[in-house]
Amino acid sequence: MESNCFVLLVEVVNYLVLIICVLVGVAFVTLLERKILGYIQIRKGPNKVGYMGLFQPFSDAVKLFSKEQTMPIMSNFIIYYFCPIFSLFLSLLVWSVLPYDVGLVSFNMSILFFFCCLGMGVYSVMVAGWASNCKYSLLGSLRSVAQTISYEVSLALILLSFIVLLGGFSLELFNKYQNYIWFMFLSLPLSLIWFASCLAETNRTPFDFAEGESELVSGFNTEYSSGGFALIFMAEYSSILFMSVLFVVVFLGSNPCSLVFYLKSMFLAFVFVWVRGTLPRLRYDKLMYLAWKSFLPVSINYLFFFIGVKSLCFVLNL
Amino acid sequence: MATGVLGGFGQKLLSTAFCGGSRSFLKNAATTYYASRRGGATWFPDYDWMRQFEGPILLPPEDRDKIPPPEWTQRQAPVEKKVRNVTINFGPQHPAAHGVLRLVLELDGETVMRADPHIGLLHRGTEKLIEYKTYTQALPYFDRLDYVSMMCNEQAYSLAVEKLLGLEAPIRAKYIRTMFAEVTRILNHCMFLGAHAMDVGALTPFLWLFEEREKMMEFYERASGARLHAAYYRPGGVAIDIPIGLMDDIYEFISKFGERLDEVEDVLTSNRIWKQRTIGIGTVTAEDALNYGFSGVMLRGSGIKWDLRKTQPYDAYDLVEFDVPVGKNGDTYDRYLIRVEEMRQSMRIIEQCLNQMPPGEVRVDDAKVAPPRRAEMKTSMEALIHHFKVFTQGYQVPPGATYTAVEAPKGEFGVYLVSDGSSRPYRCKIKAPGFAHLAGTDMVGKNHMLADIVAIIGTLDIVFGEVDR
Repeated sequence: MESNCFVLLVEVVNYLVLIICVLVGVAFVTLLERKILGYIQIRKGPNKVGYMGLFQPFSDAVKLFSKEQTMPIMSNFIIYYFCPIFSLFLSLLVWSVLPYDVGLVSFNMSILFFFCCLGMGVYSVMVAGWASNCKYSLLGSLRSVAQTISYEVSLALILLSFIVLLGGFSLELFNKYQNYIWFMFLSLPLSLIWFASCLAETNRTPFDFAEGESELVSGFNTEYSSGGFALIFMAEYSSILFMSVLFVVVFLGSNPCSLVFYLKSMFLAFVFVWVRGTLPRLRYDKLMYLAWKSFLPVSINYLFFFIGVKSLCFVLNL
Repeated sequence: MATGVLGGFGQKLLSTAFCGGSRSFLKNAATTYYASRRGGATWFPDYDWMRQFEGPILLPPEDRDKIPPPEWTQRQAPVEKKVRNVTINFGPQHPAAHGVLRLVLELDGETVMRADPHIGLLHRGTEKLIEYKTYTQALPYFDRLDYVSMMCNEQAYSLAVEKLLGLEAPIRAKYIRTMFAEVTRILNHCMFLGAHAMDVGALTPFLWLFEEREKMMEFYERASGARLHAAYYRPGGVAIDIPIGLMDDIYEFISKFGERLDEVEDVLTSNRIWKQRTIGIGTVTAEDALNYGFSGVMLRGSGIKWDLRKTQPYDAYDLVEFDVPVGKNGDTYDRYLIRVEEMRQSMRIIEQCLNQMPPGEVRVDDAKVAPPRRAEMKTSMEALIHHFKVFTQGYQVPPGATYTAVEAPKGEFGVYLVSDGSSRPYRCKIKAPGFAHLAGTDMVGKNHMLADIVAIIGTLDIVFGEVDR
């Protein structure tokens, strides 16, 4: 009994350490994005605060949190207030599925848990848009609900084909099974679809309809300011970081306890920003067609292919 | 199994190609590929098509025969429901409102049923103010109309005054004006392209092009002393001669600008997302374009060959060679291509102006209209008097009226000037191209999606300085 308590304590502390690292990472991902976008657009990006702009994220955080918290009239204030907190909570919670060998809450159903968190993430955006009583927010949240749900389907189908292949729901399996070949080479189309779906899932540029700067002012977070906005912002970047880490786990298989893993994740985070600096925004209905008519057939084909391979192995007793 | 995995496209390719053996495949591979790509436009379900699926589905119930029919006298009043489209205020404080456009949009879902532009938020009464200013004092107001194509507006006014005075600017002044008008065209189209791309969601070209705008505004500054509101063209020529070395630098700029343009085109022109967002969006037929009084690129995009620089050349446009690009489909993509090509043609015109630039005076040799030189004033009493008269009372313009128009980057910019013989205009009506284009918003934008409205506002190339005046 006593040892059980001790293990629990260790896991909680482990998780807290992870969260703190993630939050620091998120801060610097924002800086990375601003710097890279700056250089893509032939300008410097933040380079004044601290040494070469290194403290810019912290200065931003101080600025955001010390601003006035607005209260939109006729808004559903309690819900409006708690939505950002909920969304940050979810996007930090999802980090617990990261397949570390030691410590942490490693469990067998991590893929399912990941999808649960993803599914709940829709609500925070939807409710945030609805509760702020603003037509632009409402439109943004409507868009994001449809978008996120459609792309979750394609994400789920892709992971399902790997679940069939690996025969388990744990992310730790990916590391073992990719010893000889990365899944990226085994199924390149799937990895590209996965990446595009990740962009859509995190509301990033060619698919940033929930915010849609030039269309919906700022979409679902139009009415948010100060701390609320900061939390939404952090949640967003934390999920970007998680998605790039997950891409490495699923397709570029390496052990999270190695340095290469982090270099790969950083590259993926860079690609997220790169895409933002390059591509225009798709239109909402075309995004839907992309999800249902292009991505879905391909991922279903792959699913059947993997089922076939698996049953072939089963029949041949391999 | 194999065909199942490859999916529809592969299946089609395999079944068409392999039925005649591998030789047939080798012979037909390229054609099959191109045939399967279908060069034609892709149809996406539009609003009208989607409408038929709206509402509840009526399926006959299983026990239909057992339900007794309602009595023939029975009246069932349908449940009354009031359904109204959502109306949203697009602007004036909207990132894509291009200044102070207030667009009242009626939305059915995401589809725009009605777009109602409200203008007047930047109204400054320019036309009325001009009636109380001398002809010299009225000129700077024109910079502030379309504040991204400053010198073209001045050109229209200067040409109008010159017409009433019966003057003609010296040839050097004409070349300088033509050159700077084309610099202005590039300046304007840079702004258009950047803002349009940003509306559609590409952030980067905006900053690339603003870098180029900065260089061109430096040319403005070196010629006139002001980066934006130059007040450089004057009735009877230009304010002062261009400084030594400016022409070299303009040449260097235009010899490099083509590459910058190529870079922007690399990002956009063949980009699939960009094409999806612009092709078939905001299509204007030639008939509509004429009926709504469109001009400039909005007209040429629909396939009508009309460019005032060709049809009624002013300044030195009859002395230089250039082509006028004309569109085919009248959609946003065509207009984008035309504007890019116009920039390239402007570079061509500028180069010819640089090569042909003659020496000589830059102001008309009429002491009653053009102010004297500074040096002359130090020695000549008469020159001093003239200077004083020109800048206090102004110059009298003989009675008459004129409508003079130039091909501004946005379209036909015209000035209707009435003179009563005094030193102030009796009436000055400004015909701004953007006004007519904005009036077409509802026609162009109806049944498009909200995101397309933003692209359409971008392609109309509206600046509120000239719309509201």
